[in-house]
Amino acid sequence: MSNYIKEVTKTKELRKVYGNTLIDMMTKDERVVALEADLMSAIATKSVQDTFADRLINCGIQEANMMGVAAGLSVTGMIPFVHSFGIFVTRRAYDQLFLSLGYAQLNARIIGSDAGVSATHNGGTHMPFEDLALVNAIPNSIVMEMSDDTMFEQLLKKTKDEYGLYYFRIVRKEMRKLYHEDQTFEVGKGIVLEDGSDVTIVASGIMVDEALKAREILAKEGIDAAVIDMFTIKPIDETLLVEYAKKTKLVVTAENHNVIGGLGTMVSQCIGEQHPVKMRHIGVKESFGQVGTKEYLQEVYKLRAVDIVEAVKDGLK
Amino acid sequence: MNNKQFSAQIRLETLKELQHRTFGHIGGSMSIVELLSVLYNDIMHVDPKNPNDPTRDYLVLSKGHAGPALYATLALKGYFPLEMLKTLNDNGTNLPSHADKNKTPGIDMTTGSLGQGLSAAVGIAKGLKIQGKDNRVFAIVGDGELNEGQCYEALIFASKHHLDNLVVFVDDNKLQLDGPTKEVSDIGNLDDRFRSFAFDTRRIDGHNEEIIKASTIDALNKKGMPSIIILDTIKGKGIKEFENLTENHHMRFSEDDNQLLDKYIALLEGENNE
Ligand SMILES: Cc1ncc(C[n+]2csc(CCOP(=O)(O)OP(=O)(O)O)c2C)c(N)n1
Ligand SMILES: [Mg+2]
Repeated sequence: MSNYIKEVTKTKELRKVYGNTLIDMMTKDERVVALEADLMSAIATKSVQDTFADRLINCGIQEANMMGVAAGLSVTGMIPFVHSFGIFVTRRAYDQLFLSLGYAQLNARIIGSDAGVSATHNGGTHMPFEDLALVNAIPNSIVMEMSDDTMFEQLLKKTKDEYGLYYFRIVRKEMRKLYHEDQTFEVGKGIVLEDGSDVTIVASGIMVDEALKAREILAKEGIDAAVIDMFTIKPIDETLLVEYAKKTKLVVTAENHNVIGGLGTMVSQCIGEQHPVKMRHIGVKESFGQVGTKEYLQEVYKLRAVDIVEAVKDGLK
Repeated sequence: MNNKQFSAQIRLETLKELQHRTFGHIGGSMSIVELLSVLYNDIMHVDPKNPNDPTRDYLVLSKGHAGPALYATLALKGYFPLEMLKTLNDNGTNLPSHADKNKTPGIDMTTGSLGQGLSAAVGIAKGLKIQGKDNRVFAIVGDGELNEGQCYEALIFASKHHLDNLVVFVDDNKLQLDGPTKEVSDIGNLDDRFRSFAFDTRRIDGHNEEIIKASTIDALNKKGMPSIIILDTIKGKGIKEFENLTENHHMRFSEDDNQLLDKYIALLEGENNE
């Protein structure tokens, strides 16, 4: 159980964390190199370029080439950190990501920003609801969705010396602050934020906040919900999922992503095979993205606490 | 109405539209105003009352983030009420920040992921040729957008298939998102590159309606090969204080910006009433 921050406050902008962490890692390790595709202004890495002009490479608007270049850099022993919006590092450059990095078994960190509805007014062309599905399908990939700034910083640093294809899904700006500085994060290990006996809500990214809010609503109605921050989508934490499937009658997943191929799919595969219990899935269903405020989009795609509550009640019927 | 007057109307309505929304892609919208004016006022065969008229000319705004300028143009042409421009980027809107063929009457192709529109334009041009039709196809790409390798795949296809029913316009405003195109990803001499792809190539002042018109007619008359017209333009054209600023790509208008926009809106309104 984590001693998470219950009071609702905001994180630092995750893009600031990215820039600062890159500078820190580049200072300590000459192998670290960052790649951008004309979205430096969006992810605030200008300061990185000012400090390490030769190791912050802005490729221009060419995501497919950027993936190939990252592969080449990895061949030479460097550690590429590759950023663009989530759609562009996955959908726009998928075969390059899959083959030149995945299949070639090279080493890279891919940062996909503007997770799901957080792409707001950039709309359907820019709204990743399927990035997790795409990266999950690459053999041996490690796939994570950040739910807090402390988590992002620590995991960037902690995985720097690991080898393989790592995907970090992030929102660019602020989100709800969840973790204290001394929280530890382990890839592949979910974090139990709240224990419960009736239902387990497994969430990632911005949906962790919604899950916690749903827990409060449910508590008033006498339903006791456990909440797990499943920030590693792949490999999924099977031990924890089986433990909670045994403990509660129902497991509900909540993701800011298509219900196909993301968190819900990974969780239900595990539970379906190892300890089948009733499940419900909150996520985007058979829809493309569109422009709108975050609140509006969460309402349209049913990604709010109240939607989780409804799914829980339906599952407990 | 002459093209110059139509340009002033488009610029005015685009500014009002963006100011009302309080943020948006102003720079790249302003740099194609004169081009849109000439195309829609003088060149393209279109019927605003019948946006899907099969005999119409097609336009693919490959740099889809300049949607606001195209929406203003379409509204002024009568595709939909001017009032609708106020819904730019509203929740549930039919005018999203990037052009969408399924939402907005008069939009021929959905764009916003840079580098994809030119291929679609080439496909439309080829489809028309196969069917023996003589509609024309126009595409607008950004100079930054030309970083994308897919653009060159489209160029190869267009010249291989002798798509002389296609005219590609490059909005060469010398800026992309992170700064000057020359600094971010120097593509070298565009004119030479396009000629080497066997395109009929010319470079003109992209803010002079007469020259745009004459060059487009020349390009359409060129048989046997596709054409490219490189427009020397100014990102943010028309708002002196914003012109050529990297920051004008996407702006969230401050109090000061708003006063400035008010000033230009008043000026353009005066011009339009003359
Ligand atoms: C594939 C893709 N990568 C990145 C972006 C983000 N983006 C939007 S506009 C832009 C810069 C475009 O520059 P340019 O084509 O020169 O357009 P203009 O200067 O006319 O606005 C970028 C990088 C995008 N829309 N699509
Ligand atoms: Mg440009």
